[in-house]
Amino acid sequence: MTTETVQRQQEVTYLEAISQALDEEMTRDERVFLMGEDIGTYGGAFKITEGFMAKYGEWRVIDTPLAESGFVGAAIGAAMMGLRPVVEMQFADFISCAFDQITEVAAKNHYRWGAAVPMVIRAPFGGGVHGGPFHSECPEGWFFHSPGLKIVAPSTPYDAKGLLKAAIRDPNPVLYFEHKFLYRRIKAVLPSEDYIVPIGKADVKRAGNDISLITYGAMVHLALEAAELLAQEGIDLEVVDLRTLIPLDKDRVYESVRKTSKAILLHEDNKTGGIGAEIAALLAEDCFDHLDGPVLRIAPPDTPVPFSTPLEEYFRPKVSDIATAARKLAAY
Amino acid sequence: MPAVQEQSAGTLLERYAGNLTQTPLLCEEEPMDPADVTRDIKRADLLQMYYYLRLTRALEDRVTALYRQGRIVGGVYTSHGMEAIAVGYASALERNDVIAPFHRDMGAFLIRGFTPGEVLAQYLGKRTGPTKGKDGNVHMGDLKRGMIGFVSHLADNLPVATGVALAFKIRGERRVAFTGTGDGGTSRGDFHEAMNFAAVRKLPVVLFCNNNQYAYSTPQRLQMAIHDVVDRAKAYGMPGEIVDGNDVAAVYLASKRAIELARAGGGPTFLEFKTMRMHGHSEHDPAKYVPRKLLEEWKKKDPILKAEQLLVQLGYGDDAYFHEVGERVKKEVEAGLEFAEQSPLPEGPEVLEGVFAEKADSY
Repeated sequence: MTTETVQRQQEVTYLEAISQALDEEMTRDERVFLMGEDIGTYGGAFKITEGFMAKYGEWRVIDTPLAESGFVGAAIGAAMMGLRPVVEMQFADFISCAFDQITEVAAKNHYRWGAAVPMVIRAPFGGGVHGGPFHSECPEGWFFHSPGLKIVAPSTPYDAKGLLKAAIRDPNPVLYFEHKFLYRRIKAVLPSEDYIVPIGKADVKRAGNDISLITYGAMVHLALEAAELLAQEGIDLEVVDLRTLIPLDKDRVYESVRKTSKAILLHEDNKTGGIGAEIAALLAEDCFDHLDGPVLRIAPPDTPVPFSTPLEEYFRPKVSDIATAARKLAAY
Repeated sequence: MPAVQEQSAGTLLERYAGNLTQTPLLCEEEPMDPADVTRDIKRADLLQMYYYLRLTRALEDRVTALYRQGRIVGGVYTSHGMEAIAVGYASALERNDVIAPFHRDMGAFLIRGFTPGEVLAQYLGKRTGPTKGKDGNVHMGDLKRGMIGFVSHLADNLPVATGVALAFKIRGERRVAFTGTGDGGTSRGDFHEAMNFAAVRKLPVVLFCNNNQYAYSTPQRLQMAIHDVVDRAKAYGMPGEIVDGNDVAAVYLASKRAIELARAGGGPTFLEFKTMRMHGHSEHDPAKYVPRKLLEEWKKKDPILKAEQLLVQLGYGDDAYFHEVGERVKKEVEAGLEFAEQSPLPEGPEVLEGVFAEKADSY
């Protein structure tokens, strides 16, 4: 193996995959530019855009005032003019400050008066990092209910890079939920050539015959861990990674559930009114004849994300939660 | 405790009543010097602005009449008595500049080529309206004509306009964005976030306030503790100017100065156009909360009346000419109404179209 091949085959983290996608898209398309708090000189709170300002200049890597609504609104305006802004929320939690611009302006402009808004909002979400109530949220559910937005949530470095590129090339506002628990915890060798992961396509991360475990984001890894454990008991889980929440890949979900006849929905967002609730309703409407047992949900309780370790451990879904649900469902 | 509540309620009511009885906020600007007008505004431009004042008035009066006849459903937000603002600033812009209008800026739509027929089709919910029935009344836009669609959440489009200006700056284009909101809208965070970002990045954008003294029913004194909205500009290190919003020549010249400063790289300006809302918030609202005396005073400052006085003074027009323009705009509005009424309504299933874009163009 030559040195070059070794370098090309080097593993990159989930975080580096995001950084690579941004860098490659900015090089490929001069319309792409970045906005956010501390992303320029400092390189971002998680260092995803480290070195970008030196490479692309202060008008393509824009350090904004601390005003999420203002800079999301500005990104909408620039997008309508033909640029391709990628906005960084320092933490997904702060997206609530820009809620109005996202749901009332970005989401509705094309429907109302035909103005496309090709922009991406990157939102580092999720818990397990001792962030407490304001640095751990999973706010995707709020936007899941707003027509006009696309929502993606990758679980691997490959998907993180490919989905971000697809989001930047999409003519619509795309919310890109990147899980910060995964940033430096998972690695993979990525293709050296340009690729995208199409928006709207789920991916079966583990094929199985007994139960469909449908999930996304960091929970995919929990699901895979649980699947290995349950395989030893003879319960064969199929892990479906949604990857895109809007538009939902119903076909792939239905295909899996029609095969296994059983479904568990797993997410890190609150249980009530979450993505799992919607998919459960869809399965009841469209796959009822194929179901051999109740559709089960595994999700945190309806509380804010707590800070203290034992509280957060109790709050977040665990492998044992999946095992309990799978054993219950396997009995049907 | 009840006593305290009573007292504070009384205080609030006193302040409110004070607004009704105290000297109304009349704009005491010096009238334009005709010499300035003839030097800085071409005769043809001034006459065209007069035409658009009349067309706006005729069109919106027709809309109001249709609403009262029950032929228009939903809200009707007019610029009655405030037409000079949109007509003045839109006339001062270049064709490839972009406007994110306030909801009382009908003149800007007309100047940008929206026909009375399209506007009436929009009001009637017809498929030939700019939003094909997806949205109503002044909630319309068209990027090809440099008009950003209005959002009811007041001041939402101010950050958007700063982004339009940011795109111009990034691309090195000598274009300007022009946007504004009402006195009420300046209370919102988006107003302040937009003002700040525009000033920090010295963006080519002009921001205005249509200060018509009432946010729906709430008078300015219950919206803010300052007398002049323009004072807000100081906090952002931005130049600001008070302008007689009922004088189309004054609006035009102040806008022109601000636009040229922005175009030359000098950054944003904030313009406070002082005016008075002569109708209710929407046409369903009789606006009994506005003292009649205030309306009588402002009626004397009607923008069309003021424009006619100026044109007579300059020798550009007389009663016969004004009558002729009136007949012309009336015909145009009636022809537009015929077009709108004959246009088809959308079909129910069209509701499903257009949630997502298939492509995104550059403007």
